[in-house]
Amino acid sequence: MVAGPEDRPVVMLAHGFGCDQNLWRLVAPSLAEDFRVVLFDHVGAGRSDLSAWQPERYATLDGYADDVLRICRELELRQVVFVGHSVSAMIGVLAAIREPDRFSKLILVGPSPRYIDDDGYRGGFSRADIDDLLESLDSNYLGWSAAMAPVIMGNPERPELAEELADSFCRTDPAIARAFARTTFLSDNRADLAKVSVPTLILQCSRDAIAPAEVGAFVHAEIAGSALVTLPATGHCPQLSAPEATLAAIASFASGPP
Amino acid sequence: MSGAGPADAGDVGEDGRRQDARLGPLLEDSTEDLYENAPCGYLSTLPDGQIARVNATLLSWLGYTRGELVGHRYFSDLLTAGGRLYHETHFAPLLAMQGEIGGVALELQTADGARLPVLVNSAVKTSANGEPLLIRTTIVDARDRRAYERELLRARREADRERERLQLLVTTLQRTLLPPELPDVPGLEVAAYYHAASRDEVGGDFYDLFALARDRWGLFLGDVCGKGAAAAAVTSQIRYTLRAAAVYDPDPATVLGTLNMALRRDYDRNGGRFCTAAFGVLTASGNGFDLSLASGGHPAPLLLRADGSAGYQLVGGGPFLGVIDDVVFTSTTIRLGPGDTFLLYTDGLTEARTGNGRERYGDQALLAFAAGLAPSTAASAIDSITALLEGLGDGLDDDAAVLALSVPRS
Repeated sequence: MVAGPEDRPVVMLAHGFGCDQNLWRLVAPSLAEDFRVVLFDHVGAGRSDLSAWQPERYATLDGYADDVLRICRELELRQVVFVGHSVSAMIGVLAAIREPDRFSKLILVGPSPRYIDDDGYRGGFSRADIDDLLESLDSNYLGWSAAMAPVIMGNPERPELAEELADSFCRTDPAIARAFARTTFLSDNRADLAKVSVPTLILQCSRDAIAPAEVGAFVHAEIAGSALVTLPATGHCPQLSAPEATLAAIASFASGPP
Repeated sequence: MSGAGPADAGDVGEDGRRQDARLGPLLEDSTEDLYENAPCGYLSTLPDGQIARVNATLLSWLGYTRGELVGHRYFSDLLTAGGRLYHETHFAPLLAMQGEIGGVALELQTADGARLPVLVNSAVKTSANGEPLLIRTTIVDARDRRAYERELLRARREADRERERLQLLVTTLQRTLLPPELPDVPGLEVAAYYHAASRDEVGGDFYDLFALARDRWGLFLGDVCGKGAAAAAVTSQIRYTLRAAAVYDPDPATVLGTLNMALRRDYDRNGGRFCTAAFGVLTASGNGFDLSLASGGHPAPLLLRADGSAGYQLVGGGPFLGVIDDVVFTSTTIRLGPGDTFLLYTDGLTEARTGNGRERYGDQALLAFAAGLAPSTAASAIDSITALLEGLGDGLDDDAAVLALSVPRS
């Protein structure tokens, strides 16, 4: 989806694992007043074409980065400000390394280049924790449609509205969700950070169980010249828990000096 | 107050007093007590997840004191690491967007490190102007249910594995009942089509083409009643009986007579199975072939002639094979000249269901189809029939086999 004035800088919003472009719904409309906003669902998420999903292509984040570049080429986007939440932060990093001229800026929201602890590095999780997550996905998938897309607004006059919303929030195919979880949480992009040549802002939440402060500091230290802003937001989704602060940080960096 | 009865005001009466006595203990209950000792866990957190209130039931499940949790810990702190990931990536975003979420399976981590499977429902309480004030969460012990679900998942995976094994077995067995490839017959073009109705059961249709002498070839095509392992065993018996009988005496009537005898002999052991089959011997002659053919209750074959006409061939023979003792079969000789195409098929083809009324495809439709093809070749006829049957989709609900022979135009 593309919204906002055509002559304004392009801001591309990429969602992370677990949801779809709906995650930006509190931020995107306001952003579209001043920017040309590009929203999309990763293949396998939301309303993407599930038949386009291939296990080999999406076994690494490169497949997702390739999709981002394809969207840019298809829509002839230049000077893109890429905003990547969660795993999409690293997807943006990979895309910007491959085609640095395509991007004017990177905004990494809750980034983590490596979720698993490793030899002096603390990502916050162990391999067993990731298996535990896969188990959680499994035990929730029987009731997925019911639990994960419940009737959102009790509106008996318009059942189709609830149905439509239930249909559109963060729907994921269980098998694809498992594969995406593996790709996300088993990836290691620490070595890629130093290759980023695009001006970068890191948006860190003050209390984030998935991307803790020390991981944000690691990303900040590895990407030369990057800026780090800590948002007064709890949890992993500041665009939901602190939408105004998130919006302000994105808008100010995107419209600031190159 | 109208009327005056035993239950009038001031006098609750006998019945009323008894009811009061029963409800007495209930009056001892209070909302506070109900909250604290409800048979489920209650948890209230600030919108950021910080624990603001927790009931005694949940504290006893977790093994924490109120002071350890309230004001110090967050809801996600109570979860296992995997559950925390799930909470942050699925639960919290959906709750924020929807205002409520229900029936989510998570695991709590108790103070002594044990895991407690639970089902979680959460709803956001908002202020009059829609600002989230707090999140109310109820937590239900799901140990038994989770164990049951695990068992279901395990059983399902096991069933999937078994099914794969079965399908491999069926495919392998099916392959042994059909020729891996048709032999090269000089001066003749041959092609075949086979469709097994189910991936879980071996089909009951069969065909074969094999050399009997330098210029002589045996062929057969048939259909055993039923399918599955028992039918496959009979199919196997039929194949080796036909091949062996043809070596001993290749006259088709005699071969079918021998098969009939063998099936009769093993009738009980085979579970009363019988079959239809056509057996033929091809002999090269001049610019074509003579085909001597006998049929045991099998659908009439089709001849697509070089001149563009097509018709069913009346073939001598006898009844179904394996039903009656001491049957004498007869043979018919058909001449296949250049440009002629000969088709043997099973009734899966004519009994396929077509169209919305799901009526059978039928002999007339097949004849019209064949007439449209003639003149043809073996390969092209099989291509057309394959396309026809694939077009029927799930209307093709039985096994189907087709064997095509054609003499190329010189």
